[in-house]
Order: sequence, then structure tokens, then C-alpha cells
Amino acid sequence: MLGIIRQKVAGKLNHALNFEQGVGAVALRAFSSSAKQMTVRDALNSALEEEMSADPKVFIMGEEVGEYQGAYKITKGLLDKFGPERVVDTPITEAGFTGIGVGAAYHGLRPVIEFMTFNFSMQAIDHIINSAAKSNYMSSGQISVPIVFRGPNGAAAGVGAQHSQCYAAWYGSCPGLKVLAPYSAEDARGLLKAAIRDPDPVVFLENELLYGESFPVSAETLDSSFCLPIGKAKIEREGKDVTITAYSKMVGFSLQAADILAKEGINAEVINLRSIRPLDRSTINASVRKTNRLVTVEEGFPQHGVGAEICATVVEDSFEYLDAPVERIAGADVPTPYAANIERLAFPQVEDIVRASKRACYRSR
Amino acid sequence: MALYLSKSGKFLPHFITKMSSLGMINLSSLGSCLSQNPPLLTEDGRTSYAAPGNDPTHFVCRRFGSVKADKLASISTNADSQLLNFPGGVVKFTPELKFLSDAPEERIHCYRVLDESGHLLTSDFVEIDKDIAVRMYKEMVMLQTVDTIFYEAQRQGRISFYVTAMGEEAINIASAAALSMDDFVFPQYREAGVLLWRGFGLQDLANQCFGNIGDNCKGRQMPAHYGSKKHNYFTVASTVATQIPHAVGAAYSLKMEGRDACTITYFGDGGTSTGDFHAAMNFAAVLEAPVILFCRNNGWAISTPVSDQFRSDGIVVRGQAYGIRGIRVDGNDALAVFSAVHTARKMAISESRPVLIEALTYRAGHHSTSDDSSKYRPIEEIEWWRAAQDPVGRFRKWLEMQGWWSCESDTELRGWARQEVLNAIQVAEKAEKPGLREIFTDVYDVPPSNLRDQEKSLRQTVQRHQRDYPHFQF
Repeated sequence: MLGIIRQKVAGKLNHALNFEQGVGAVALRAFSSSAKQMTVRDALNSALEEEMSADPKVFIMGEEVGEYQGAYKITKGLLDKFGPERVVDTPITEAGFTGIGVGAAYHGLRPVIEFMTFNFSMQAIDHIINSAAKSNYMSSGQISVPIVFRGPNGAAAGVGAQHSQCYAAWYGSCPGLKVLAPYSAEDARGLLKAAIRDPDPVVFLENELLYGESFPVSAETLDSSFCLPIGKAKIEREGKDVTITAYSKMVGFSLQAADILAKEGINAEVINLRSIRPLDRSTINASVRKTNRLVTVEEGFPQHGVGAEICATVVEDSFEYLDAPVERIAGADVPTPYAANIERLAFPQVEDIVRASKRACYRSR
Repeated sequence: MALYLSKSGKFLPHFITKMSSLGMINLSSLGSCLSQNPPLLTEDGRTSYAAPGNDPTHFVCRRFGSVKADKLASISTNADSQLLNFPGGVVKFTPELKFLSDAPEERIHCYRVLDESGHLLTSDFVEIDKDIAVRMYKEMVMLQTVDTIFYEAQRQGRISFYVTAMGEEAINIASAAALSMDDFVFPQYREAGVLLWRGFGLQDLANQCFGNIGDNCKGRQMPAHYGSKKHNYFTVASTVATQIPHAVGAAYSLKMEGRDACTITYFGDGGTSTGDFHAAMNFAAVLEAPVILFCRNNGWAISTPVSDQFRSDGIVVRGQAYGIRGIRVDGNDALAVFSAVHTARKMAISESRPVLIEALTYRAGHHSTSDDSSKYRPIEEIEWWRAAQDPVGRFRKWLEMQGWWSCESDTELRGWARQEVLNAIQVAEKAEKPGLREIFTDVYDVPPSNLRDQEKSLRQTVQRHQRDYPHFQF
């Protein structure tokens, strides 16, 4: 019901949108008169608090999560509320606390492990893949690992090569893991709750620049039982001329690009993937079968990236429906530079998405 | 963060102000902290605190408890002061420019109860009754028999791989006997005996090695990578030393549940070089986790001798580096291992602390069936340990002296064990392999749509090209 209203209203509202708002600009959903705003940070914090209150087995572990209130303040107030046994500040050893978290999960606790950034998760990747992802399979169902690994992923602003890599493609290729990438506050709440409740290990890729962004949230989203399904993408904006797939921060860029394209008569459909693994291939394919053109957008490196997988799945399942080659937009194939001007060039910008969509529509070279 | 105090004391107050303006220290909470939990100066000049309870305030204080600005300033300005009130405890100064030695004066002594001939050397051990002792011996013999015959089976090409515990039978069985079934075991891969003791049958072992339909691991794992939830024995993983932090995490979980149980994890001398060992030891101490960290120092990590593995006096000395109690025991002495594990378990649970045990032993067999250790160590060395230090023989001698065992019983037992193991192998070899379905189950809790599709597609392919897939019946 809400979905139908949303579609009708969105159609009417598109032309009235304000393009000048920052990265987080999303079409206002006018169906809810009490359109409360919530930052992604608060969304994550509230989700953690509610899940910890509901289930005493859930606990948080990571560097600076307790006393410091979280390196990015995502875990603010949780130490005071739940105590040091459930919000554990750790020594500096990602390999250590990830291994310990996995051990605790083996025994039945539900740890939420925070990496200060997923770049640091590389120190712990053996435990994530070999000890967590593969355990249920290798033990033939005897050892389940209900663990969540979360933290900021991808680029921030001016943090250099060792703090800017996107890990969606790496983790997304591993059987046994579930990989989620929220965009809005609604995504953050619903997907984090789903991740914590899920019996399988989940890699939860946040984005530092989105933490401070505000999004409207419905009463349903604010309810403590709210949960989003894992493996379902969301069509953020319906369209009929070209499909744009994106996740995390790039969803916001894609929506801005869609607004610009609309002014030129190209009606783009923007898909917020939400789930990297399992990838919602049916939504993506259904969309491409409708629009016949595909642009994939991601911040990560192009080779073996998320866009490569989406392109392959569309070519496998919907080849006859494609009217143009798939356009793949990704970060530059270089370690991220620091200086602001070249850093900007190393990542997709709104104009890149606009130009790629036009190319897919044969509107430009 | 380290705070270096200069004698004038001018640096510290400035530093504290700077830190508090960065929001990193809350000065008012510091003050209230100390008044609630004043540090007690003990005889050796070290600050100690009351045993940590569940009071979160106390926990919060611990990190900053010993740093109070004006108190520190007064200590530092006192020219006769012998003490530094440093975060973590009071430290005495010394005017001598002296470095700590790289090694203790003497190597740490090794606890032993029985000598090679099975004679008791001490009364300081945990007594065991006849039933347990005889059962321990029988399981040690069974373990030896399983190892010998399964090794041969691999050599004959019947299984692809095997790893024996030759020479470490006492470690396996005696440590298992000293634990309760509620204690969780995080093995490395040379502890099949612990599983045997807990009731995992010969047929189960054989099924796993043959990866057949009876295998509780559904043919997912290499041979000897056993695991059984029922027996609280976590599945063996090939990754080295990853089980150590797992054991600490699980111990933390047990502690939170308030259970009368601990975890035990086994690892070798080689495993102690990993980052995981360090992180786990450190964490176990900080988290106060009830875990027994059992190091089987058997002298070799494949072809790497301990002299190339580390330069410390073995592993036991590292315990103190992390604030963990430790003991070195004779790993070939079943009574010593039993006593050490039994006592460590009590300590771990009642005091909620980790305990380190280093058992000195010898890897009498090859690293695995993929190894030929005569290539890198002298055969005489192997032979000497196998004969003179054989843990099974030593225990038998003690049993015989107690009047609890005899030569005839031994022949009978070994004959029976051999037959049982051979039967198990024959049955396992003939059994079916797991079905096609088992490729796709257990990747996740519930198979996702892409795997369901793949299974369907695979079945169709097998159906269509049955000639290429003779093993699968429909």
C-alpha cells in the first residue's frame, strides 16, 4: 500500500526536487506527515542499542568502542548502558579480537566486531574467511557463527590509500559470508538488525561520509522490531530508460545523476543494491529487461569488482534484452591519492554517472 | 598512552590538561575514581586493587586509576622518592644501569611424577583411582593402534592423508581425563585421543577419514580433521593457531554464562610464533578468561627445530610476559599431565583466569603422511624417544607396579584393539560417499536461491551425462 502511494507521489514530485542538497539528498516521501529525520549514525546506534537490549547474548568488541564512545561515535552511550562486559574495548590487534569474537560466536554469543575501517580488517581476514565464513560448512552445520563485522568501508575524504579501499568485491566473493552495504538511515537500521539476528557471519560495510547524513524515517522504521530482508535490493527511483545500480554512498550520487538526466528526458531507474552477497540478481535483471540498458556504479577498484559481477549476471540471464553495452563506473585503478584534486578524480562523481548513462542511451560519445 | 614524569613535575599537569581538553580524560571522574578505589601499596611496592567485581565504575576506573595529577606531582617533586606511580602500578626506581637477562639463570624446571621406569618420584600429584587409570591406559593403547593402522592405510592409498600423535599419547589421554565433558576443547590436529576419551567411536574416526556417508562432517574435511558438537570438541582447522583466540573468546562466553566449565586449547611449539598466539594470550589475561592454554612442545614444527622457532626458554616463560600463570610438565608422564591439567582447570574456573601449561615431549612420528622426518633429523634421536621415553610404556610400568595391569592383559588388549580398528576401516571403506546435496548444504543456515538453482542445474547435468558421473545413483 505504502509502496503504491510512494510510486505515485514520487512521479509527481520528481520535477520539484531540490538538487542542491548534499550527498544525502533523497526524494522526500510525502506519504508520512511525521517525516522524522535521522542520521545514519543515530540509526546504527539505535539499532545496536535495541538489539543489545533484546538479546543479552549480543555484545560489541573493537578498538575505542567503549570509553571513547566509538571512533566514529557509532557506539555512543552503549558502554554506560550495558557495561564493560558487553562493550569490550580491545588491545590493538584486529587478528586477535576477530579471532576471539569468532570463538565467542562458536560458543553461542552474538558478537558485533567493529573495525575502525575495513582497511584494518585485512589484518583479520584469515579469521573472517577461514574461521567464520567456512566454519558452518566445514563442520557440517555443527558450528554456526552468528557474528557481525561492521565498520566504515571505502573512501572518506583525504585519508590516503591505506584508509580508502572498498572491500565489497573481496568479501562479496566468499561463500559462507553475507555482505551488506546500507545507504540511508532506514537501510542502516533495518540491515544492521537483520545482520545481528542472522545466524550466518555478516560483513556490514558502512561509509564514514554517510554517518552524518540525515534521512527521513517512517514510524515503521523506528519500531524496534523493524528489519529488512537480506538479499533484496531496493528500487530507490523508478524509471524506464536506463538502470543504474549502486550501493552505499554511490546511491546518493546516482540519485543526483538521475535528477540531472531527467531534465534531459532520460528517465533512470536507480537500484540501491543493499546486499552485495547474496546479490539480488532477479531485481537487477527485471529492471534491465524493462530499461534495456545498464550502468553499474561503485567506488571500489574496477577489476573483479561488484560491477563486473552484475554485468556478468545480466549478460548470462538477460542478454537479448540489452540494447547497449554495459557501462561500468568504478574507482580509478590506482591506490587512492591524497591531494584533494586528484583524489576527486580517483572516484566516480555525479557527472561520470550522467555521462555513462547518456552513452548507454546513445546520446553522446 | 605512556606518561613520562620529569623530576620537576612541570610536564605532567600540562599534559593532563592537554589530554582533558582533547576530551580524552575526564578529570572529575578521575578524582571520584580514586576516592572510591584507592590503590593499596603492598609490601613489594606494587599497587594492587580489590578483586574486580561486576561494578562497571571500577572497570572504568582501572584504566586511569593510578594517574591522579596532584598526587603524582607531589611524588615527583619529592627528591627522596623511590617510586613512580605509573599507570598500571607503582614502580621502584634503581640507580643501576642494568638490563634484564635474556634467559633465566636455569631453565625452568619440569614437573614430573613418574620416572622412565614407572617409579613414583613424589607424593605431590593428584591421585587417580584404578578405574580411571586402567581406562587411561586402554585409551592410550587404542590411540597408538589407531595411529599405526590409519597411517598404514594412508600408505596403502586407502585414505589421502593422516596425522599421528605418536609419542604424545599421555598428553592426549591424561589431559582429557582431567577435564569434564562440559569443558570445551579447541584442538590443533594432534589431539584425536581427547576425542576418543570423550566417546567418539572408532567407526566415527574411520568414517571421517574416508569421508563417507556416516561421517558427521559430511565429507567436508581432510582426514583427521575431526569435530563433534556432541562431545564439545571443536572441528579441527588447518590454519595454525587460530584455535587459540577462539578458545579465549569461547571462555569469555562461558564466563558470561557463569558456567562451571572452562575451555582448553592445544597448540605446538610452532604455533606459538604466530600473531594469534600473542593476541590470544594477551587478551586472555586482560579479559580474565577461564582458558587452559596447553602447549605441546614436541621439539619440531615439521622440519623446524625449536632452536629455529624461538630463542626463549621454551613457552612457559612467556606466561609471565602476559601476566599468566604457567607450569612446565613432562609431557610423557601421564600422571604429571593429569595433575597439571586438573589443577589448572580448578584455577581457571574458580579464579576466572587463563593458565599456561607447557608439556615437553617429542613428536615420535612424522609431521604427517606428507612428511619424512628422517630427512631432517637423526634416526637415533627418533628411536631413543620412541623407546626410552614412550609414555605408554612408562604408564604401564606404573600400573603393573600397582598391581592393576599385567602382561597377559596387554597382549589381549592390543590384539582386540587391532581387530576393532581393522574392522572399522573395512566398514568405512565400503560405505557410500555423501550425496550430491551435501555440496550445497551448510554454506549458510538456509540455502540461498543461487545455491538451490545451482543444485538443480547440477542434478540436471548429472542426469543428462550419466556416463561421466557413474558414482551418483538416482
